[in-house]
Amino acid sequence: MTSGDPAQPRRFDRAGIVIAALLAVLAAVLVWDARGLQSAAMYGMGPEAMPVVVASGLALLAIGNFIDALRGNLPARESADPVPVVLILVGLALLIAIIGFGGGFILATSALFVTTSAAFGRRAVLVDSIIALVMSTLIYLAFDRLLTLSLPAGPLERLL
Amino acid sequence: MMDTFAALAHGMAVAVQPMNLLYALIGVFLGTAVGVLPGIGPALTVALLLPVTYKLDPGGSLIMFAGIYYGGMYGGSTTAILINTPGESASMATALEGNKMAKAGRGGPALATSAIGSFVAGTIATIGLAFLAPWLVDFAVRFGPEDYFALMCVAFVTVSATFGDSPVRGLTSLFIGLTLGLVGIDKLTGQARLAFGVPELLDGVEVTTLAVGLFAVGEALYVASRRHHTEEKLEPVRGSLWMTKEDWKRSWKPWLRGTMFGFPIGALPAGGAEIPTFLSYSTEKRLTKHPEEFGKGAIEGVAGPEAANNASAAGTLVPLLTLGLPTSATAAMMLAGFQQYGLNPGPLLFAERPDLVWGLIASLFIANMMLLVLNLPLVGLWVRLLAIPQPWLYAGILVFATMGTIAAKPSVVELSMLAGFGVLGFLMRRFDFPIAPVVVGLILGPIAESQLRRALAISLGDPMALLQSPISATLLGVALIALLAPFVLKGLGRFKAKED
Repeated sequence: MTSGDPAQPRRFDRAGIVIAALLAVLAAVLVWDARGLQSAAMYGMGPEAMPVVVASGLALLAIGNFIDALRGNLPARESADPVPVVLILVGLALLIAIIGFGGGFILATSALFVTTSAAFGRRAVLVDSIIALVMSTLIYLAFDRLLTLSLPAGPLERLL
Repeated sequence: MMDTFAALAHGMAVAVQPMNLLYALIGVFLGTAVGVLPGIGPALTVALLLPVTYKLDPGGSLIMFAGIYYGGMYGGSTTAILINTPGESASMATALEGNKMAKAGRGGPALATSAIGSFVAGTIATIGLAFLAPWLVDFAVRFGPEDYFALMCVAFVTVSATFGDSPVRGLTSLFIGLTLGLVGIDKLTGQARLAFGVPELLDGVEVTTLAVGLFAVGEALYVASRRHHTEEKLEPVRGSLWMTKEDWKRSWKPWLRGTMFGFPIGALPAGGAEIPTFLSYSTEKRLTKHPEEFGKGAIEGVAGPEAANNASAAGTLVPLLTLGLPTSATAAMMLAGFQQYGLNPGPLLFAERPDLVWGLIASLFIANMMLLVLNLPLVGLWVRLLAIPQPWLYAGILVFATMGTIAAKPSVVELSMLAGFGVLGFLMRRFDFPIAPVVVGLILGPIAESQLRRALAISLGDPMALLQSPISATLLGVALIALLAPFVLKGLGRFKAKED
């Protein structure tokens, strides 16, 4: 994914074109959504005016980003490693699933902790799991019991 | 003038109540502890610690906020000096010379000049805030909705376009924020916009969810993706912590000059501490009697920018408290803190809750003092926090970041939004889009819209009303110039380059 090859300075940037396209799509969604709104205001602007203004801005910016991408004006990027990013996203997905299915705060945050730690290069999954469980239990006790914030409870929390 | 003293004295009386002192102390401590973690700037510190203050009364929580704000700033500069990872762009200038000083075994004096400079600048700037605020409030009471709208346009443009690297990318960030601000029920007509039938979206996008997603989750993803590039090295603090006589002599002028840069620029609705810090850095570089030391660890290069940074932080509180206008990501998070109690900063708040506003301003003095007393002796503790291995550090940050959302709204939709904003933050970092305009757009967008609609309803739909008020006409003119200036200058620059 390296760009900005010095031999071809005017090469267009594919990622930049994707960004421009996404902005254009977003503008279209805004206009589409605003069409369903009823203008109830007697004078001045109704609720549909602002989305249209923002959509026009997004459309202009889509063009601006497109031009930047064609000229290859985007700042140089260093290569990125996708594996850790995916690992952390898996951790977030696990967290959401565990909370969604009533698994409770401790299990959910422990799963996120272990995957993130692995994403940053740790290989000691067992040790990290124990650290994660102890830490999230302490956080749960401190915030749920002491500060009376309500954190979702699952099987582990009910044992406490 | 006398009124200010009386109000400030009253605020002091509020702030020195034992409970409030304790809140300030906790805030300063937590703020420094979180702010010192690498990659965490003051804005994220405030966002992460917002849930902690949920259960407090507004007065106590705002006082804790003042402590968190200054503590986070101080923690950020410690990180910049000792491991050369400025948590935010405002600490970049500090990292330039500060890290070189730490490498040369002069980390102690670097931390000391930054702590004392922050104290000096923070104190002077808070005095400036105390005197400037009532004057601005008097002025702002006369603002009509069209004037507010115009003022927000100025803030939009300056925050996103004028001072960034690329106006197109800055404005793109702003418009993403404005789009997110549209989500939810329209307050005037009760119709849902961009909710797509999802009930959780009817309340709109939560500021903390966006900020924590963009800053914390986005940063973790970004650092993870480029872990193979950088190796951070923690410089141990060797030798004396104290500044020598020579250090003092070389520091006090940069402190004062930094304050002079920081406060006025911070107080303008222009946003950002980057400009004053870099202005201060280049000024000190020009004025120094030791030009050979610059780039190798000159103490002036730490003292000036640090003072500028803190002074501009206090400066951004001027538009925030008097006009309700956040001009930096941190100020936007402070505004979110006010909003969680249904409080809207602005001239009305000064009239209705003087105890709250002046208590907060007085707490800034106290927090500043506490930082000075706490931080130098505790520097060993902060350094130990810096030594946490990266995997556990970021895993802990993510757990803490998600905890805020889980505590506020434990729903699958809200957590998915958090993850989604994290991906957005990652992509924006990767493709070099600024983050702060998104947060400012989300917060200010709905306010600007409602002011505009009120103005147009009053004028019976005549858009010329925006230009008939002299204040609003001037401000809109300023916004237009600020919007076009970077494009014109770029065009001129290209023209010149062709001539060469």
